[in-house]
Amino acid sequence: MSVIYLLITISIFVAIGFFVAFIVAVKSGQYDDDYTPSVRMLFDDEIKKTPQKQIQTTEKKQI
Amino acid sequence: MDTQNCFHCGLDIIKEEEIIFDNKNFCCNGCKTVYEIFSVNDMTCYYDFEKSPGATPLDIKGKYEFLDNENIIAKLLDFQETTTAIVSLSIPHIHCSSCIWILENLQRLQQGISSSQVNFPEKKVRITYNPEQVSLSEIVYLLSSIGYEPYISLENYETGKKSVDRSLTYKLGVAFFCFGNIMLLSFPEYFEVTEYWLDTYRPFFRWLIFALSLPSFFYSASSYYVSAYKGIRSKILNIDIPIALGIVVMFVRSTVDIVFDYGSGFFDSLTGLIFFMLLGKMFQIKTYSFLSFERDFKSYFPIAITRINPDNSEESVPVYDIVKGNRLLIRNQELIPVDGILISNSASVDYSFVTGEAVPITKNSGDKIFAGGKQIGKVIEMEVLQSTSQSYLTQLWSNDIFQKNVTQRHKNITDTISHYFTPILLLIAFLSFGYWIFIDTITAFNVFTSILIVACPCALALTAPFTMGNILRILGKKKFYLKNALVIEQLAKVDTIVFDKTGTITTNKKSSISYKGAPLWGDELVAIKNIVRASNHPLSRMLYDFLPDMSKVVIADFEEINGQGIQGSYKDRKFQIGSAVFVGKNEEQGVLQTAVHIAIDGKYYGKYIFNNQYRDGLESLFKGLKQSYQIKVLSGDNDGERKALETFLPQGTELIFNQNPEQKLEFIKNLQDQGKNVMMVGDGLNDAGALAQSNIGISISENVNVFSPACDAILEANEFDQLHYFLRLSKKAMTTIKMSFVLSLLYNVVGLSFAITGNLKPLVAAIIMPLSTITIVSFVTIMSNYYSRKLKKE
Repeated sequence: MSVIYLLITISIFVAIGFFVAFIVAVKSGQYDDDYTPSVRMLFDDEIKKTPQKQIQTTEKKQI
Repeated sequence: MDTQNCFHCGLDIIKEEEIIFDNKNFCCNGCKTVYEIFSVNDMTCYYDFEKSPGATPLDIKGKYEFLDNENIIAKLLDFQETTTAIVSLSIPHIHCSSCIWILENLQRLQQGISSSQVNFPEKKVRITYNPEQVSLSEIVYLLSSIGYEPYISLENYETGKKSVDRSLTYKLGVAFFCFGNIMLLSFPEYFEVTEYWLDTYRPFFRWLIFALSLPSFFYSASSYYVSAYKGIRSKILNIDIPIALGIVVMFVRSTVDIVFDYGSGFFDSLTGLIFFMLLGKMFQIKTYSFLSFERDFKSYFPIAITRINPDNSEESVPVYDIVKGNRLLIRNQELIPVDGILISNSASVDYSFVTGEAVPITKNSGDKIFAGGKQIGKVIEMEVLQSTSQSYLTQLWSNDIFQKNVTQRHKNITDTISHYFTPILLLIAFLSFGYWIFIDTITAFNVFTSILIVACPCALALTAPFTMGNILRILGKKKFYLKNALVIEQLAKVDTIVFDKTGTITTNKKSSISYKGAPLWGDELVAIKNIVRASNHPLSRMLYDFLPDMSKVVIADFEEINGQGIQGSYKDRKFQIGSAVFVGKNEEQGVLQTAVHIAIDGKYYGKYIFNNQYRDGLESLFKGLKQSYQIKVLSGDNDGERKALETFLPQGTELIFNQNPEQKLEFIKNLQDQGKNVMMVGDGLNDAGALAQSNIGISISENVNVFSPACDAILEANEFDQLHYFLRLSKKAMTTIKMSFVLSLLYNVVGLSFAITGNLKPLVAAIIMPLSTITIVSFVTIMSNYYSRKLKKE
C-alpha cells in the first residue's frame, strides 16, 4: 500500500509544476493584455494570403 | 449612391474634392497618401479587417522637433542601448483590429524597427528599434503620416516606468492551488469510513493538508491581517477584523485538532474561504486601462516647445526650461504652455480644454494669453510672462486638495455593518463559552472556536465586492466609467449636484445659430455657404453645417485672413465674412456673444450669432433630478445666459456666474461644510479643483480617450441624459447590498446554532461556507442585473 505515498507525492509535484508555470506566466505579463493576442492570432494566416486577399477587396469595394 | 464614403477614413466625400486613385475614392490627399504608402508596401490587407479604419493624417511639420533632443528621448524610452531601444507610445486612434495589424507590421514600412506590439486595452504600442538606423522622431513622423499620431505629453516626460502590481493575482493563484489540493485530499475524511487502510494513512493525509494550508494562510490571507491590524490601531471595527480573527482561530483550532488527533480540522473551509474572498476582491477591481482618472495639467501640456533665441535661431527646449522673457514659437494646433504676451499680429486661441468653450477667442498683438489654450491657424510668437508652474491655470494644482492623498474619506457600508457585527459576535462567543465551561471544558473551547469560525463574515464580506463589481461593469457598458467600486457608494449618498455650464450642460460640438440683420437671398446664401466651406475655422464649420444644402459653385479670389475672417467673390460680388473689425464695423460694446459678420461689396448686412446649445435631454434630466437633489449651476462666464437658463431649468435651481477655478473649488467646499454630499459635474481643466474637492467628481468627455481632468468617474458626453438613471441604479445597488446582508446574516444564524450547541462538524462547515458564498453571489448578480433593466424601462 505504500504506493499511495509515491502516487500522492508525484501528484503534488505535478500540481506544483502547473502552479510554477502559472506564476511564470503572470510574471511575464501574459495576463496584462487579454484582448490583443486574441486578435493577433488571426493575422498570421492573412499575411501569407495577401495577394489573393487583395483582389477580393478590390472587387468588394467596387460594388 | 449619393454620398460616397472615403475608402480610408470613412468620412463623406465632398464631390469637388474627391480624389480617385487605384479605383478607390478618397476624401482628401492625406487619406490617399496613406493608402499609397500601404499599397506600395503591399500592406493593403489593412482594409480587410475593418471597413474604412483609417484617420486622416494631420499636418504636424515641426511639432515633434523636440524628439531630436537627446535628454528628452532618454526620458521617453523604456530601454536604451547602442543598437536597441524600446519605446511605448500611446496612440488614441487605436480602435479596431486593422489598427493592431498595421501597427504590428511597422517593420515593413520602416527599416530599423525590429518589432512592435500593440496593447489594445491601453491603446499603446511598444516599438523596438535600432537607434542607429532610425530615430524616434522618424518613427513618430511615420506613425503620424499613416494617421496614427502618438500622444506625447509632459506626463510621459515626468513619470518613469510604472510597475504593475500583480500581487493579488499571485495570492489568488496560491489560494486556489491550496484550496483545490486540500479539497481533494479531504475527501476520504468526509465519508468517515472506518476502513483499515484509511485509518493507517489518515495522519499522512492530515499533515499533507496542514502543509498545503500554510502558503494560503501566511501569504494569500496576509492582506487581511494587515488591514485588521490597521483597523484596530485606528480604532475602527472594520470587516477585516472578524475575518482575520476567524481565519486565525480556524487555523489554530485545526492545527490543535490534528496534533492531538481530535479530528481533521477545518483546513478545507479555511482555504476555501480565503480563495472566495480574494476572488471577490479581484472581481471588484475593474480597471479601464485606456482611461486615466489622475490626469492633471501635465497630461495636456507638450514636453517641449520651440524657443526663439536672441540670434533668431530656433531651438526646441523642454517646457520646464522656459523662463520669463523667452520668446516662443507656437504652431498650428500647439498648446500654449505658459502665460505670456502675444507678439504676432493676431491669434485665435481655442480654450476648450480649459473652459469647454469650443469657439476660439481672437487675440491681438499685446494681449495676454493664458496657458492651456491651443493656437489655431498660423504660427504665432509670444513672450513668456510666467514659467509653466507659475501660470494662472497650473497654480490651481498647488492647492491643498491636490496634495492630499485622499484614500478613503468615508467609512464604507461593509465597515458600518461590521461596526455592530463584531461586538455582537464576540459577545455571543464569550457567552456560550461561559455557559459551556461549567459543563465541559473541552466542549467550551470547541464551541468558542466554532462560533468564531462559522461566524467569520465571509458572505458578508463578499456581498459588497460582487454587487459593486457587477454594477461597475453594467455602468461601464453604458459608457459611464467609474474609478473604483467605492464611487458607487458615494453616488448613492449624493444630495447636491453642481453642474458646470460651458461644455458640461452645453455641448461644444453644436451651436444654435441665428441671423440678425438685412435679409440675405438666394445667390448670397449660396456664396456664403461656399466660402465658409473652404475654411477650416471652427466657426466656419459650424456655419457651414447650419446653412441649408445648396448647389456648389466656384468661388473666386478666396482668401483667409487669420484671426480676422474670410473673403471671396461670386458673380462679381465681393463677400466678406468674419469679425466685426474685418467687415468694417465697430465692435459693439458690452455685447459678449460670438458672432460672424457678413458684408457684401463693402456694405454691412448682418451677423450670425452663435448661441450655446444645451445638451439633448437636459430639461427632462433636470426635472427628474430636481425631485430628489439640490441642483446648482456654476459658470465661468458672465450672466448673459441667465434668462435662457431660467426658462427651462426647474425653479429654485441656483445659478452662479463669473466663477474662476478657485472660486468653484471654494463653492464646493462651502457646500460640504454645510454637511452636503456634493457631486460635481464638469469638463474642463478649470473645473479640476472643484472635481477634486467634491465628494464625487464626474467629468464629461466628448472623447474619453484623450481629455478629461482628474476625477472619480468619466461619463461619455452622449450619455449625459442618462445621469439620473446612473444615480438611481447606484441607490438600488446599496439596497441590493443591504438585502443580501440580511441573507448572509441568516446563514450566520444557522451556522451559529450548530456552533453554540457544539455540533459543528468539519463537514457541516465545508458545506455551509461555499453554499452561502454561491447563494450570495448569485443573489446580488441577479438583483443588480434586474434593477439595471427595470430602471431602464421606467
